[in-house]
Amino acid sequence: MLAALLVMALGAVVLGAALGFAAVKFRVEGDPLTEKIDAILPQTQCGQCGYPGCKPYAAAMAKGEADINQCPPGGDEGIRKLADLLGREYKPLSAEHGVEKPKALAVIDEQRCIGCTLCIQACPVDAIVGAAKQMHTVIAAQCTGCELCVPVCPVDCIDMVPVAENITTWKWKYPVVAIKPVTTQ
Amino acid sequence: MQLFDFNGGVTPEYHKEASTQSPIAVSPAPSRNGLKNFLVIPLHQSIGGTPRPLVSAGDRVLKGQRIGAADGDMSSAVHASTSGQVVAVEMRRMPHPSGLSALCVVIEADGRDEWIARQPFDYHQHTAAETRDYLRDAGVVGLGGAVFPTHLKISPGKGGKLDTLIINGAECEPFITCDDLLMRERAEAIIQGVVILRDLLAAGRALIGIEDNKPQALAAMTAAVQAGGHQDMAVVAVPTRYPAGGAKQLIRVLTGIEVPHGKRSTDYGVQCFNVGTAYAIHEAINLGQPLISRIVTVAGNVAAPRNYAALIGTPLHTLLANSQPLPDTDRLIMGGPMMGITLPGDEVPVVKATNCILVGSPRLFPPPPPEMPCIRCGECAKACPADLQPFELYWFSRAKIFGKAQEYHLFDCIECGCCAYVCPSHIPLVDYYRFAKSEIWANESEKAAADQAREQYEFRQLREAREAQEKAARLAARTAAGRAAATNALAMAPVTAPAATSAAASAVTSAATPVTEPAQTPSPQAALIAAALERARAQQVQPANTTNLTPEQQAEIAAIEARRAQIRTQAHPHLPPDD
Ligand code: SF4
Ligand code: SF4
Ligand code: SF4
Ligand code: SF4
Repeated sequence: MLAALLVMALGAVVLGAALGFAAVKFRVEGDPLTEKIDAILPQTQCGQCGYPGCKPYAAAMAKGEADINQCPPGGDEGIRKLADLLGREYKPLSAEHGVEKPKALAVIDEQRCIGCTLCIQACPVDAIVGAAKQMHTVIAAQCTGCELCVPVCPVDCIDMVPVAENITTWKWKYPVVAIKPVTTQ
Repeated sequence: MQLFDFNGGVTPEYHKEASTQSPIAVSPAPSRNGLKNFLVIPLHQSIGGTPRPLVSAGDRVLKGQRIGAADGDMSSAVHASTSGQVVAVEMRRMPHPSGLSALCVVIEADGRDEWIARQPFDYHQHTAAETRDYLRDAGVVGLGGAVFPTHLKISPGKGGKLDTLIINGAECEPFITCDDLLMRERAEAIIQGVVILRDLLAAGRALIGIEDNKPQALAAMTAAVQAGGHQDMAVVAVPTRYPAGGAKQLIRVLTGIEVPHGKRSTDYGVQCFNVGTAYAIHEAINLGQPLISRIVTVAGNVAAPRNYAALIGTPLHTLLANSQPLPDTDRLIMGGPMMGITLPGDEVPVVKATNCILVGSPRLFPPPPPEMPCIRCGECAKACPADLQPFELYWFSRAKIFGKAQEYHLFDCIECGCCAYVCPSHIPLVDYYRFAKSEIWANESEKAAADQAREQYEFRQLREAREAQEKAARLAARTAAGRAAATNALAMAPVTAPAATSAAASAVTSAATPVTEPAQTPSPQAALIAAALERARAQQVQPANTTNLTPEQQAEIAAIEARRAQIRTQAHPHLPPDD
């Protein structure tokens, strides 16, 4: 009886120590759920969701404070993925946060740019290059299309130009299933 | 020699006789009889980056002159196919199923066909890297249809040498005969290309695989190998079965090596090149001629099916004119009936990937019967040469469950069409795979863009935090300096008081508190104001660099100011005056 108790107690101590060690050694930095949600969000960093970027919105969703249908750039597909991940019901994009638009890039009309640097300060991903009183330009490959630079420009020289399809971004269409006409006598 | 077998495959009707009756003809030469002739040369003709244009409208170019420089190493150069004048560098419709346009160099041929200075490249005298760069700049790409830049394939793999070099002359797809004719007519040149490849790759042996339905090509190639006295080369007849010309299938048939899913053949000591590519390598290295033309089969619904040596950039209507498409022609296909793509029109140019133009008609290719549900009969799996389960791929692609499709090795599908060929339900299976693949690629590039944006955003936040910190540090430093200055000011108060304004006086008074009570620190703001005033005073005494100007200097400044004002009005003519 005593031996059995001792064995059990010893087991408890050993396993407890192992667990404690593992908790310290394999500690997960950050919040894994937030990371997972953040991986789904489009990283446009536009703030339309009501949070100052995708990560804060992800954190709010992870805490259950925010709904899953507040990100217009992510669109319908994004909401579906979030619903899948979080085990919540799908719901359409909330109208108060905006509408889903085709992706566009900011283009600065370089003739009109006065070099005020305001757009540089607004751009969340450093996609604009320029310097005070120098012409500015957008690095197309880095622009996320968040539109944050558009309202701050004092001479209104930034336009959002929709991204056109080209040979490399063209996609094969979903095969159309031919429907056989039914002839009635 | 022992041959092996690959799983699956089909034996469709080959239709190869018609276009092999006459020898290779030269496609209509540019600018004959004073007729204007234009070549449209797309810049993007290989896998990888789009070359940068090196010419602009109005330039005169020579035949073989580089007009597009490779964009990085994962790219391949393009060249003018004849001499003439560049009339435009503009967007033109591409031989692509989308019918979209891409940047092309349009050359008006002058009919003289004047070459650049051609110089052979002695690869024995150069390092492997230099030879690769040379081939990249000569625009040599895989001519079997995949147009993968050849220089990227010329690396001997892990061991530093290759066991087997495989030269692909199987040409298994119906209607296509360009490699057949090339082997019949230019076997020596191909073998010279194989010699170069063998040397560059340090290959132990070279096997040239040709389907046994091409006896003349087999004979010509065997004769060329014997004439060259190459002991380490063998021409091997492989059984005729589609797709024996797939790289993995031919490797399997000739060596018995089965390259696993997602592995490279070089890891197993084998590398495979098309005969056309070997020929292009010979031309580039031994003759100094970049890749500016290729053999194209014109077959199908035409009066005179034939092979043409066509310049890259030849519009299809020019190429097709001599073969006379029949009146009921309803489509043009680039490639063969199994893997080909339907072209958007006949004005698109011949590109490096154009091995065949198959002219179609409703008689030749009747519309497919309507698609029926999959009955999971497994015929497709039996026919698949890549050992996949096409019905599973179909199911997941159709349902857009792309992750699962990838788990079933969607990207090992070579789009050979065997599965769709045998499917009793007439499901256009390959269309679903193409759809799924392009969706997955698009998702991946979106994901990469999002990851980049996240990184940029986090970097920016880091930088902003650092800047805020630095600013705070500067503020603290200035506060300290200001405190010292304030102490000084107080000490000298009787002397400087008359010069100070009332505001400064109040600042000094407030800053003076700590001096009367040394234990207390001054409010940083007050100290700052005092320090700023101190600086302003110091500046007032200093002479400005705009005083004591000579009349000439003043005139110059006035002129500059006038010019600036003029530029300002020019720059904003559209702005309302009140802006
Ligand atoms: S709306 Fe979407 S893209 Fe914009 S910041 Fe919020 S989560 Fe990011
Ligand atoms: S350039 Fe403008 S639209 Fe593009 S990411 Fe920056 S702020 Fe957003
Ligand atoms: S051959 Fe067609 S019907 Fe049969 S399992 Fe494959 S996809 Fe389904
Ligand atoms: S198209 Fe793909 S799935 Fe179909 S038989 Fe060919 S390799 Fe297999």
